Amino acid sequence: MILLGGKSSTEPDFISAVARASGHATLLHCYQCGKCTAGCPLAFGMDHKPNQIIRLLQLGRIKQVLGSRAIWICAGCWTCTTRCPCGIDIAQVMDSLRVLARNEGETVQGKDVVSFNELFLQSVRRNGRVFEFGVFMGRNLRRRKPFLDADLGRFMLTRGKLRLTAERIKGTKEVRRLFSRQGAPVRNPKERTKE
Amino acid sequence: MKIGYYPGCSLQSSAKEYDRATRLVARHLGIQLHDINDWNCCGATAAHSMDHFLAAALPARNLIIAEEMGLDVTVPCAACYQRLRLAHRVLAENEETARDISQLIGRPYKGKVRIYSLIETIAGIGLEQLAAQVVRPLKELRVACYYGCLLVRPPGTGCDDPENPRLMDELLEAAKAETLDWGYKNECCGASLVFSERRLALHLIRNILRNAVDAGATSIACACPLCQSNLDTRQGQVNKEFGTSFAMPIFYFPQLLGLAMGLNPQDLGLGMHFVDPQRAIKAVSG
Repeated sequence: MILLGGKSSTEPDFISAVARASGHATLLHCYQCGKCTAGCPLAFGMDHKPNQIIRLLQLGRIKQVLGSRAIWICAGCWTCTTRCPCGIDIAQVMDSLRVLARNEGETVQGKDVVSFNELFLQSVRRNGRVFEFGVFMGRNLRRRKPFLDADLGRFMLTRGKLRLTAERIKGTKEVRRLFSRQGAPVRNPKERTKE
Repeated sequence: MKIGYYPGCSLQSSAKEYDRATRLVARHLGIQLHDINDWNCCGATAAHSMDHFLAAALPARNLIIAEEMGLDVTVPCAACYQRLRLAHRVLAENEETARDISQLIGRPYKGKVRIYSLIETIAGIGLEQLAAQVVRPLKELRVACYYGCLLVRPPGTGCDDPENPRLMDELLEAAKAETLDWGYKNECCGASLVFSERRLALHLIRNILRNAVDAGATSIACACPLCQSNLDTRQGQVNKEFGTSFAMPIFYFPQLLGLAMGLNPQDLGLGMHFVDPQRAIKAVSG
């Protein structure tokens, strides 16, 4: 598998970049059987169904694909990949599309998903492990919904299921070096000045 | 038996009881768990949908440490398990990435570590040996074993058949529970989508609970912190959203194994559930 770098969707080889990043030479052999969509647990909430995403890619309709809500709703359950008779790793295609959409700044349809993922990775970058409580508080602040899931928070607190302070591993330097490679898309702006 | 243990972040916080039950059951069965030194987060969904390099590099650091410790690894969390397995594969297949990661961490990965799910590790001691440890048969328990996605998919990294996994069923059958055939054992619960697209995820959780009820289940067993959290902690939200009245206890499978082995329910974290499991537990102890 080739890992996705900073490919731009304006490049003529965008489709083949998506294919290669997803472990394929081409996506042209999809013949639209629809099995991916039939098994997709989230197809009901998608604007373009998984088989339609593949078709749009074949047709070169890049803007439509990157601007779709579907790529952000995909939960990455890998049912489509498991069942595709052509052996296309559709879940990985969705993953590649999310990375590319973000490179292109096309995240309007998935802003809450991206925001949560950013908070999650910032936490990992800072501590080496994810600090659940911090991520949830960060999410609620960003979405300006301070009491979102407050019922769950209360329950978890009373059951001792919420750690209230972050635990930092000894190897945070190693972890930060891993984050440094790809232009650090998830760097916390406040930290930038310190380093 | 000695094996490396990668608990993952959730098991230190929202899924503490999974960690406790795992350690107790392992000790009871003579499986020595050695925590991977100074392990880091696997990156989870956030890494693989944001940055493919990080998705391989974060788990890779743990594999490097495990290799230095000379241990294979067992992983209780389904998501961590899949990320470690996939990273192992990327490191084997993609020389450039493997080299970059080794350089950044400063140590190489030779690819010697084998990665197992906790289910496989416990099954590895043998179903008969497991059955021999049972002092409190779970015979009143009609349990739907829920595998979710990442333990079994994608094919090739999963620990069991991706369409009809049976391994957890076999463990609980050895503890004399009645396991059920049901259609949603490997359907998605929405996973971390619940944090950003809650309504969509609640829909999936509702479908799973409904299918388990229809199959006659009195409880669900699972092997993933996020599956458990979604099915258990979100049941109140599901009932509110859809006007349903689910009250289905959701266990981590080692909690049930521990119960069958006569371990203390409190120690197994059976008092930490959102949906009170006491009725199901009493039926077993009855």
